[in-house]
Amino acid sequence: MTTVKKAIRDVYGDTLAQLGRENKNIVALDADVGSSSKSIVFGKEFPNRYFNVGVAEANMVAIAAGLATTGKIPFVNTFAAFMVLRGADPVRSLIAYTKLNVKLAGTYAGLSDSYDGASHHAIADIAFMRSLPNMTVVSISDPVEAELATRAAAQFKGPVYLRLSRAEVPVVFDKASYKFEIGRGVTLVDGSDLTIVATGYMLIKALEAAQILAAKGILARVVNIHTIKPIDRELLIACARETGAIVTAEEHNVFGGLGSAVAEVLVSECPVPIEFVGIEDTFTESGDYEKLLAKYGLSAANIVARAQKVLTRKQ
Amino acid sequence: MSLKPKSKENLERLCMQFRQDLIKLLHGIQTGHPGGSLSSVEIMTTLYFEKLNVDPNNPKDENRDRFVLGKGHAAPMLYMILAEKGYFPQDELTSLRQLDSRLQGHPCALKTCGVELSTGPLGLGLPAGLGMALGAKLDGRDYRTYVLMGDGELQEGIVWEAAMSASKFKADNLTVIVDNNGVQLDGTVDEIMPMGDIAAKWRAFGWNVISIDGHLVEEISAAIDLAKTVKGQPSVIIAKTVKGKGVSFMEGKSAWHGKPISQNEYVSAMNELGVNV
Repeated sequence: MTTVKKAIRDVYGDTLAQLGRENKNIVALDADVGSSSKSIVFGKEFPNRYFNVGVAEANMVAIAAGLATTGKIPFVNTFAAFMVLRGADPVRSLIAYTKLNVKLAGTYAGLSDSYDGASHHAIADIAFMRSLPNMTVVSISDPVEAELATRAAAQFKGPVYLRLSRAEVPVVFDKASYKFEIGRGVTLVDGSDLTIVATGYMLIKALEAAQILAAKGILARVVNIHTIKPIDRELLIACARETGAIVTAEEHNVFGGLGSAVAEVLVSECPVPIEFVGIEDTFTESGDYEKLLAKYGLSAANIVARAQKVLTRKQ
Repeated sequence: MSLKPKSKENLERLCMQFRQDLIKLLHGIQTGHPGGSLSSVEIMTTLYFEKLNVDPNNPKDENRDRFVLGKGHAAPMLYMILAEKGYFPQDELTSLRQLDSRLQGHPCALKTCGVELSTGPLGLGLPAGLGMALGAKLDGRDYRTYVLMGDGELQEGIVWEAAMSASKFKADNLTVIVDNNGVQLDGTVDEIMPMGDIAAKWRAFGWNVISIDGHLVEEISAAIDLAKTVKGQPSVIIAKTVKGKGVSFMEGKSAWHGKPISQNEYVSAMNELGVNV
């Protein structure tokens, strides 16, 4: 892992503008947070294809649905919390129901808008989005993945939820060699004692945890599940068979997110002990991002603790 | 361009036929929404049989006019029109609301040929219709988008978000028609949530407002033509209508928003519509 850091939202904004240059059918909408989501980069270059609807998220999502029926590929931008909470009706009733080709870019996901507090933290977005038939859910871990996933979403036919962070995060992947494919998980570290299945920024914490565990003689496999739906069943089943224990890690409520999705697969295909690292069904608070993550258990230390616990349950 | 006498006669004949067929259909399946279908008969018939540039043989033509049924509960009326136009066979109508049918209780664009947008949750038709209108502008196409809404539907906040947006984006290729029947599910609009001066509200949001009698095909026709001539702002036609129009015991009654039709009611309604059963 290099120590180069980039803000996910900056990469997203630049990629969106680049996609706009490549395909005139790409349009973007924002609900008065263009300077935050960085959709403004696209808006400055393509003012005719950029619709800032003001503070009206549901309206924005529904307008995007209409645009999609005419062959446009709308990228809809707002905070993940409001995409889900305010945009829920048109996301479900228009976009998912009719498989419209709309890309829902929920930025500031998880706790990444840390100082704004619980009102702005998105910890239920994965649960909602993955409960909708026809919805593809992609959660982005690093700047390289931000670019590749945004490109992949534009290529993909159908609704996609892109879960984006506000944070500056380390570059994990090598852009030249990383093969990003929607629906396909990625093994970053091999190991035989357990598998840490992570998504989003928690992937970085999982890699740190694996190093700590290795120093203790525990060999943890680290898997990045960027596509939470459709989830890579084959990879998860193989990890369960080969390592016999799982720890999931996500910046989301432990109810309904990645951990639930992993458990749903394994409970029927290959039941093994699973421990869940995530927000323990509580509202969060304002604060420094890293300190906030640590307080709510979203840390390498907690992944290590859960790994040790899951090993005690392993047959 | 005023409606030719022959066109007027034809539309009125179709409207009577649709009212009879609607009562027969909804009595047959014992479910569905008669009230809001009957109030919009003239509006939808005039659109589909006189105004809209649509072709059932080429239903996805990129230049076709778009019609969005914001008040999705008037689906039976839309289905009868689509069947009459030839989008699907007439004999499929009785499958409405039944298992394995293409005709869902509320319109589904994936299942039913000719349905432009899945609707039902009120208020979503207008912003989505605006998206269609913006798509036309981006592509330099001159088709128009029409959204038919209920007056109860105007209580949804998103309607006014979309109204602001259509005004900002100068969507002069978008026409909204409000089926102003004054009755919603739980009672009259005045009782449930008084809307005040609807025309003034739309005007304040930057819309060109045309007020008409929504049961007179010539007025509907003229208003649709007039809206086309307005540049730089969207138009709304406020069509004063009667919920349950044409069946006296249903007229103006919220109970008939969505209620099965009994055998006695069926006979009486059909007699009023000039059919002995």
